[in-house]
Amino acid sequence: MQIRTEPVTINIGPQHPSTHGVFRMRVTFDGEVILDVEPIFGYLHRGTEKLAEERNYTQVITLTDRLDYVASMTNNQAYVLSCEQLGGIEVPERGQYLRVIAAELQRIASHLVATGFLLQDLGAFATPLMYCMRERERILDLFEMLCGARITVSYMRIGGVFQDAPEDFWPALRQFLEDMPRFIEEYEGLLTGNEILLGRTKGLNILSAEDAINASITGPLLRASGVAWDLRKMAPYEVYDRMDFEVPIGSAGDVYDRYWVRVQEMRQSVLIIQQCVKQIAPGPVRTNVPLVYRPPVGDAYVPIEGPKGELGFYIVSDGGIAPYRCKVRAPSFINLSLLKEMLVGWKMADLVVIFGSIDINMGEVDR
Amino acid sequence: MGPILEKNTFYSMIYNFLDGLMERVIPSMSEPLAWLVYVVAGLIMVIVIVNGVMIMSLLFIWWERRLLGRFHHRIGPNRWGPFGLFQPIADGIKTLFKEDIVPNEADRWVFNLAPIVVLSPLLVMVAVIPFGQGTYMVDLNVAVLYVVAAGTVETLGIFMAGWGSGNRYALFGAMRAIAVLLSYEVPLILALLGVIMLAGSMSLIAIVEAQSLPFLLLQPLGFFIFLTASIAEMNRAPFDLVEAESEIIAGFHTEYSGMKFGMLQLPDFLSPVIGAGFITALYLKGWVGWGVLPSQGWFLLKLVLVLFLIVWIRATVPRLRIDQVMAFAWKFLFPLSVINILVTAVEVIVLPQPSLAELWLLVGINFVVAIVGIVVMANLLGHRRFRAATPIRPSVTVS
Repeated sequence: MQIRTEPVTINIGPQHPSTHGVFRMRVTFDGEVILDVEPIFGYLHRGTEKLAEERNYTQVITLTDRLDYVASMTNNQAYVLSCEQLGGIEVPERGQYLRVIAAELQRIASHLVATGFLLQDLGAFATPLMYCMRERERILDLFEMLCGARITVSYMRIGGVFQDAPEDFWPALRQFLEDMPRFIEEYEGLLTGNEILLGRTKGLNILSAEDAINASITGPLLRASGVAWDLRKMAPYEVYDRMDFEVPIGSAGDVYDRYWVRVQEMRQSVLIIQQCVKQIAPGPVRTNVPLVYRPPVGDAYVPIEGPKGELGFYIVSDGGIAPYRCKVRAPSFINLSLLKEMLVGWKMADLVVIFGSIDINMGEVDR
Repeated sequence: MGPILEKNTFYSMIYNFLDGLMERVIPSMSEPLAWLVYVVAGLIMVIVIVNGVMIMSLLFIWWERRLLGRFHHRIGPNRWGPFGLFQPIADGIKTLFKEDIVPNEADRWVFNLAPIVVLSPLLVMVAVIPFGQGTYMVDLNVAVLYVVAAGTVETLGIFMAGWGSGNRYALFGAMRAIAVLLSYEVPLILALLGVIMLAGSMSLIAIVEAQSLPFLLLQPLGFFIFLTASIAEMNRAPFDLVEAESEIIAGFHTEYSGMKFGMLQLPDFLSPVIGAGFITALYLKGWVGWGVLPSQGWFLLKLVLVLFLIVWIRATVPRLRIDQVMAFAWKFLFPLSVINILVTAVEVIVLPQPSLAELWLLVGINFVVAIVGIVVMANLLGHRRFRAATPIRPSVTVS
């Protein structure tokens, strides 16, 4: 007797515990195996790029906060770097160091969220997530000292940063740098050798370097596939050329390597901040740029290494007070381009894990 | 009252109290109404024990949430009552007042019946748990078999809930529940065989009394298999794929709301209490203890320890994938339980009436067997030897 079977189509999202926001996939299953995936975007579309054309250059900084809301500092950084290139503005050294410190702290925070939620998707009942959140909380406290805000920081300005770090910021930062390696050891002790974690992630969804490059995937995903591509090394911006750090790369390109690369990057970020704290010298933090900034006619694009990949703002100026066009090169969105190829053939439980390992943020995908 | 009932001290206590009350209040009727005392005493016993277990499961909700809070670096519920003890009651009241929704797609009968089918076998299982010296509902001579049989019915209810909801997430949960049940029932029963062979009886009371040394020491491998398999049967982490939140939302009870949801949620907390009760009776010498604490107190203490272990496991490990869950049952637990049976059978034949010294010798042998068995099997199946996961090329095409 032959049993008649037919594929089942399920909407995963927009309301689903592990779509990291409001992503929606229409997935066709054969039993537990994925046959087809159709990603559907746009539930968090806020028209950021259009809004940017209506605001002056300084006001747009607040919009960038809301793109990738777990990594606002790097969004600020990418935007102001493009604006500065547009007007040929030099940033004082102390301002650059403060930016790098803030950006690296943000990278740690973003990777903590990625690691925590990947484990949450794997089904570890919130314990690793809460551990990661504990340290992220301290980073957010540091941001609060810097600029008074925790998530939507708007810390960076065209020509420098909003203000110099207060006195009590430095001891708190030193304490954090002292504690962080110990916390990373703790995660690794809890997770890296865990048999179930290895069983679930080793060999899962191997992405070859060639495929990754062809789909213009960047960030930890690309490095997990074995390509040592890090814009901080390849095209150093700000003071990264003075920093001594390594680019961790994975060997297999599976989900485990993506997790591992993120953990190692946290270690490297701690090293970078330590060097910044040593090298930073007193001085101004901001050049004098008029509040209503009018760059000359032209365009600029300065990509930076965001926590999720290459992040850049392509800004076209017509000489007015607002950008003529502000295109966001969002790593979350572009890293999703291989989603269907990555998911087809795997099981339902793998779907959320693979999706979690890409580490997207819907604010950035839908913009 | 026959000799069997007299052994049940809890029942005879109630019976004697009611009998004495009858004699004093209506002496003339005490003889013809003896059957009434018999029935009422039984009912009172059932009500006390079942509600006692229900209260224990409510306390377990609090205990689990507090403990998980500690594991998570949080405080956990602490608003309602001392240490947040009334939190489960607040939850219960909230659940009662929620709107009860039946989806259009649902099969009404199956949908409404499922919570009852899920909850009742668990309460039926309470009957044979010995909570203390003579504190039980019934001393069934096939108690172990009865428990295994009743436990299976719960999965039927889960399947009804998943199928009747008319929701595909729920259907996924239901299919997974059946798959897990079919696989884990086998090592579960095989692990129990070791205990039955050593005790020579299937009655839980006889098993407790047969333990001159706790069977945890004599059956370390069996304990490990039974604990793992019963965690899988309870649908708790790392085998909680029936209601895997990050994958299929809430699994079989996605569509439920109101008190029906409460009735489907309660087994999540009731079954660990009952399961821990069985583990205590089967492997931890049940109510037997020493010192001033009453036997019921010892039972509860051991129960709480087992529950702590279960919560600890839940807070620590990630979830397994469905094929890994199946592979774990058939490739890891099943061979180990066969080894356990073989070793135990040889021991029972060689030493039919072991002295205490010989029992300690068996403890040594069994621990060596358990450790060697687990290490060898883990190395055979561990991630180092495990074939890397590969995507399955679809055989069905989507039009």
